Amino acid sequence: MTTRSDVRPASATEVLPSSLPPRRHVLDLDDYSIEEIELVMQTTDAMGEVLRRSIRKVPTLQGKTVVTLFYEPSTRTRVSFEQAGKVLSADVINLSIASSSVEKGESLLNTARTLEATQADVIIIRHGASGAPNFLARCIEGSVINAGDGAHAHPTQALLDLYTLRQRLGSIEGAKVAIVGDVLHSRVARSNLWGLAAAGAQVVLCGPPTLLPMDWLRDQHLQGRLASISVTTSINDALDGADAVMTLRLQKERQQDGLIPSLREYARSYQINADRLKLAKTGAPVMHPGPMNEGVEISSEVAHGAASVIEAQVANGVAVRMAVLYLLATGRGEE
Amino acid sequence: MRYLLPVRARGFLSKRMLSDDDIRRALTRIAHEVVERNQGAESLVFVGIHTRGVFLAQRLADRVEEFEQVRVPVGALDIGLYRDDIAAGPRPHLHPTDIPTDVNGKRLVIVDDVLYTGRTIRAALDAITDLGRPQVIQLAVLVDRGHRELPIRADYVGKNIPTSRAQQVSVRLIEVDGADEVTLVGEGRYDNS
Repeated sequence: MTTRSDVRPASATEVLPSSLPPRRHVLDLDDYSIEEIELVMQTTDAMGEVLRRSIRKVPTLQGKTVVTLFYEPSTRTRVSFEQAGKVLSADVINLSIASSSVEKGESLLNTARTLEATQADVIIIRHGASGAPNFLARCIEGSVINAGDGAHAHPTQALLDLYTLRQRLGSIEGAKVAIVGDVLHSRVARSNLWGLAAAGAQVVLCGPPTLLPMDWLRDQHLQGRLASISVTTSINDALDGADAVMTLRLQKERQQDGLIPSLREYARSYQINADRLKLAKTGAPVMHPGPMNEGVEISSEVAHGAASVIEAQVANGVAVRMAVLYLLATGRGEE
Repeated sequence: MRYLLPVRARGFLSKRMLSDDDIRRALTRIAHEVVERNQGAESLVFVGIHTRGVFLAQRLADRVEEFEQVRVPVGALDIGLYRDDIAAGPRPHLHPTDIPTDVNGKRLVIVDDVLYTGRTIRAALDAITDLGRPQVIQLAVLVDRGHRELPIRADYVGKNIPTSRAQQVSVRLIEVDGADEVTLVGEGRYDNS
């Protein structure tokens, strides 16, 4: 450990949690203000320090039960939630549910009732149906964290993306962020849109016309929301002068409907490779929520190159999820 | 309505207990006591509790440097993750804990502005234990206002201020509040007038 003589005390721009209403669920980022996002970021800073210690354990959530309920496969999200809970000393129970033919609403409600009986404090759910976490949140007493539902939302992924961007760019406000790929099916992109818009970024969505959520975005614009989000089908326009590039996984399992001619055609037109990346600002970070299809939406050279922050995203995932768990647990007595 | 007025006015009574000069003298005395009791400043570490404890710890290190020519390392400790009232209590801002040196085998002095129930110090001891095993842990506070709920006492005290639980001790420091002063706010008797 290096020895310095002094430390900097708290920054003057910190957000006071008491100035924000206590939060019970994390379902999407569309109800987060810029202050609340900043609070999550600053709390994540403190959690990062805990993760850098030789003994990564604090007693904060002792006696709390956290249940992960995953109806869809996942590695990094589930593992990072589990680790976040364990570092904070919560009891973590992993419920693994293979996708079944049981009608979704009914089976989810029954599971929720069982979980009610175990008095879980926080339920972390991933589900193939959009809105399943919102349904669960209405049924149970505890807190619900959405770990990805259908093509709807994946708020903790977006928070860790915001945190990674903030680390690399200093400030997100005014930054041009290009989101490239299968935006239509991406819950990561959708949650990121809310977060980036709240943080004041200029977001450009880019992809083939069949993979852009034009109707959804028009609805939001008509309601006066997401005004700073623009759309283009030109990869060159999207990358030109970008401060950061976010690539999305081409969801092959959802490409049966002829939305793209072929994977090769898609890669030729929209793959983030070293040549295209030269259009972005020098040193612009390249992000990917994983798992990657290397050679399709991103070239291996870029994925493992100097601009890639994909590993940092995974590392930040634990700290961000610790912050989310901590903020849900604090101040509940005020309700 | 006219009966309400005196009651509300009484709630806002405040009395200055320490001036900027008083605070300066108290910190100088504590700095000397720390060095005397630890027989030098070589293996000392000052650890301030966020937020005002950190500034007080830095001032103590400045004083020690003036008369010992040794710069004592100053750390910042956040006890938010170690509170015993996470769910019910207030929602404090969480800061990163930042101790710039290895604490193992050191003579560590926790620095805070006010010692009250002792629960903050209990949490600080847990937090420090997670970081290593200092040879000695001592406690320095600017104000001890009594009403302990745990078997904890301070090794160095700037001023003992007898209070009632209904009162508040407000510590203001130039670094965050623009002025140095300690005031007692709220109902109660003021013995030091």
